[in-house]
Amino acid sequence: MRYLSAGQDRYQPCCRKGEEAMSPKMSRREFLQHTLTGTGIAVAVTMTPLGFRVFSAADAAAGDFNPSVWLTIAPNETVTVLVAKSEMGQGVSTSLPMLVADELEANWESIKFVFAPADDKFRDPVWGTQATGGSTSIRHLYEPLRLAGAAAREMLIAAAAREWKVAADECVAANGLVRHKRKLKSLSFGQLTSLVAGIEPPAKPKLKSPQEFRLIGKAIPRLDVPEKVSGAAIFGLDVKVPGMLIAAVAHSPLIGASPASFNKGAALKIKGVRHVISLQKGVAVCADSFPAARKGVDSLKATWEGGDRTLDNASLYARFAKALNEPGIKAKEIGNTATAMSSAAKKLEATFSLPYLAHATMEPMNCTAHITASRCEVWAPTQNQTGVKALAEKISGLPADKVFVNTTYLGGGFGRRFETDVVEEALHLAKVTGKPVKVIWTREDDFRNDFYRPMNLSRVAASLDAQGKISGWEHKVVCPSIFARVFPDTMKFGVDQAAVEGVANLDYEVPNLDVNYVRIDTPVPVGFWRSVGSSHNAFVVETMMDELARLAGSDPVEFRLAHLGGNPNAYAVVKTASMKAGWGKPLAAGKGRGFAFHRSFDTNVAMVAEVEVDRKSGVIKVSRVVCAVDCGQVVNPDIVKSQIEGAVCFGLSAALNERVEIAKGGVVSGNFSNYDLLRMNEAPKIEVHLVKGQEKPGGIGEPGVPPIAPAVANAVFAATGVRFRELPLAPKTVLKALKKS
Amino acid sequence: MISLTVNGKKYQVDAAPDSKLLWVLREQLGLTGTKFGCGEGMCGACTVLVDGKARRSCVTPVSAVKGKKVVTIEGLPESHPLKLAWIAEQVPQCGYCQPGQIMQAAALLNEHPKPTESEIDSAMSGCLCRCGTYQRVKIAINRAAGKGKKP
Repeated sequence: MRYLSAGQDRYQPCCRKGEEAMSPKMSRREFLQHTLTGTGIAVAVTMTPLGFRVFSAADAAAGDFNPSVWLTIAPNETVTVLVAKSEMGQGVSTSLPMLVADELEANWESIKFVFAPADDKFRDPVWGTQATGGSTSIRHLYEPLRLAGAAAREMLIAAAAREWKVAADECVAANGLVRHKRKLKSLSFGQLTSLVAGIEPPAKPKLKSPQEFRLIGKAIPRLDVPEKVSGAAIFGLDVKVPGMLIAAVAHSPLIGASPASFNKGAALKIKGVRHVISLQKGVAVCADSFPAARKGVDSLKATWEGGDRTLDNASLYARFAKALNEPGIKAKEIGNTATAMSSAAKKLEATFSLPYLAHATMEPMNCTAHITASRCEVWAPTQNQTGVKALAEKISGLPADKVFVNTTYLGGGFGRRFETDVVEEALHLAKVTGKPVKVIWTREDDFRNDFYRPMNLSRVAASLDAQGKISGWEHKVVCPSIFARVFPDTMKFGVDQAAVEGVANLDYEVPNLDVNYVRIDTPVPVGFWRSVGSSHNAFVVETMMDELARLAGSDPVEFRLAHLGGNPNAYAVVKTASMKAGWGKPLAAGKGRGFAFHRSFDTNVAMVAEVEVDRKSGVIKVSRVVCAVDCGQVVNPDIVKSQIEGAVCFGLSAALNERVEIAKGGVVSGNFSNYDLLRMNEAPKIEVHLVKGQEKPGGIGEPGVPPIAPAVANAVFAATGVRFRELPLAPKTVLKALKKS
Repeated sequence: MISLTVNGKKYQVDAAPDSKLLWVLREQLGLTGTKFGCGEGMCGACTVLVDGKARRSCVTPVSAVKGKKVVTIEGLPESHPLKLAWIAEQVPQCGYCQPGQIMQAAALLNEHPKPTESEIDSAMSGCLCRCGTYQRVKIAINRAAGKGKKP
């Protein structure tokens, strides 16, 4: 722990001045100077192989620390929390400051937040990289941020005690003040910032017990909401840098093609067009305005080389189907499924198919960059600060301390903004032009140049014993690998952990389990999409569970409970959802209820969907979804609920509507006219019930997505008797199946 | 030069008549609360009021609003019942589509001060929200319309 230099009462987003003061390379002398002259206080917490600890003066002198979390207290009482995670709607700009403020005993009204710059100090303590994803923000920062708050609180108390010449344990911090327990004395945090010099950081700050939480667990209004309602919130698209050019890009209609020829002269004739620059995957036009840049792109008449014109949905399906007959790599083996199958009372085999999906963030991909001889600055709505910074250093050729990455609000992320492709375009254009350049993709660019949720083909064979319990489960997943490209080091024996998540770690008690992974590589780029592998595996497993329940002659909920006996937390979530939904109670004719449970990102979620199927149009109307969620210690229940409400809509949109159309070598889906998302008239009434079970915090951004598709498909079966093993449940598909039945 | 009235203020802008209102607002007037989402009027992120009616500014030529009153999210008072309801119900997640949702809702309330469920659905279904805030949007509209909290 240490203090900031005098006068630093306001954090600077780019950290230019602060950067020097906070450099890990600071000498002991410099450190002591800051300590002695400080009028503000800053706290950092480091991650060591042994766990978290507050760093001390000695560490600072050694220069070998890697702090992950920061807060500053200014003389004017403002407590600024540096949020080292990207705000893409999941509420981190409120929930993370809550962790700090609670332990600090700050007055919540004086809390402000700023997004941390890209810097080694802000690397995620578990991952070692500054990025947001995997529903990890609370899970990874729950302890370090609280430690940061607690350490600062103890130092402020120690400073007050020294000032009053009393013992520290006679003083208490609350609501932004330290007071003496008996004497009528108090000092505000702001006043104490000038009195903390020389106070040693506590070796082990004492964390509150959950019973002592003042903020954690409360539905505190989000800090980002007022400016998102006023229209003042700055997203990547809203960044304005003096003298900046706006770039539009002509991208190839073919996957994997690059520019062959284009009419540069025609584009340069357009009023406002300044530069035409060839990129690896396209041709960029830089202009004074976006409309001018687009006009420039339209006049390029670019031609392309490369790509594969035979690529389409049908040929891709054929490749996946062929791969389904390959043995694959063993991802999990428990017992002996062959024996289970041969002695089975009943057996069931089924194949499931799920399509490529697009992220379709409401804010199209964009990035602003500026490179000069001595400085590189990037403004990006990114989930991957470490990746952006590395790219900026590489393309600018400048050292790390001359490269600044500013994270704006993200107009949706869902995994898409972990990729840095548009950042690379902006950096190249900034380098060539020497001017600040903002690259804006159109919706069509966005749909056709995505890193899609992988298509997936799965086959499951399962057996029931004489008691109607699952005795064997053989599961084969054919799926392209995301991790092989993004984190190749995590590929264990060739298995992509995401491709088999939720299956290799099946929650149900199955004595004989066999999971095989067949990796398939196609030209279609794939990436992280909200809930990743669970987005397909939950559909497969939970549909299968529904089918097996019926084969066993059991109620689907009872059947699941019978296979969750050793897991009281999962059991409670299943029980809660079914009770709250009125499972088993009669429904109007033509309606059906479906159930699904899935654990992902350390959180248990169960859902009951109520649907009605219009037999004439094939339209499925989901009227009500009841959710039970156990994510352990809840930081902000209203944010948790909103994440589940949102995840239900996100997953339902995919279940009912979404499929990326690929034809003649390229993605046809280009706008909401041919890749529509769930709209208000299709949105169900959603109830979220929080269940107290597990102790540790679980993730919340993603776990609400996986259960909704199988819950709906199972409800459609209950309503119509028709089983769907393929998504989306588009009216045409539904109608065809209803007619067949 | 084209003359415009936006949020009660008169502007002269140097733009071709077929320039879309969205980019004039964002790039020339600095009103970035109005968002670009699809460029085809399919998602509603660019919704503004033109003489009190909801218009998709991404497909509206600037010449079409000559002599008319344009209101953007920045021009809706902070004390407007919709803005207060949006905060009370904690509607936004990522927040990108919300200015469009609010302006569309403002047009709805201009026409139907006490909208029915189906009037809300039909007015609001042109505004996409990828975060899935629909339930709260609905509750907030009802709250602003003085119809209580329940959707």
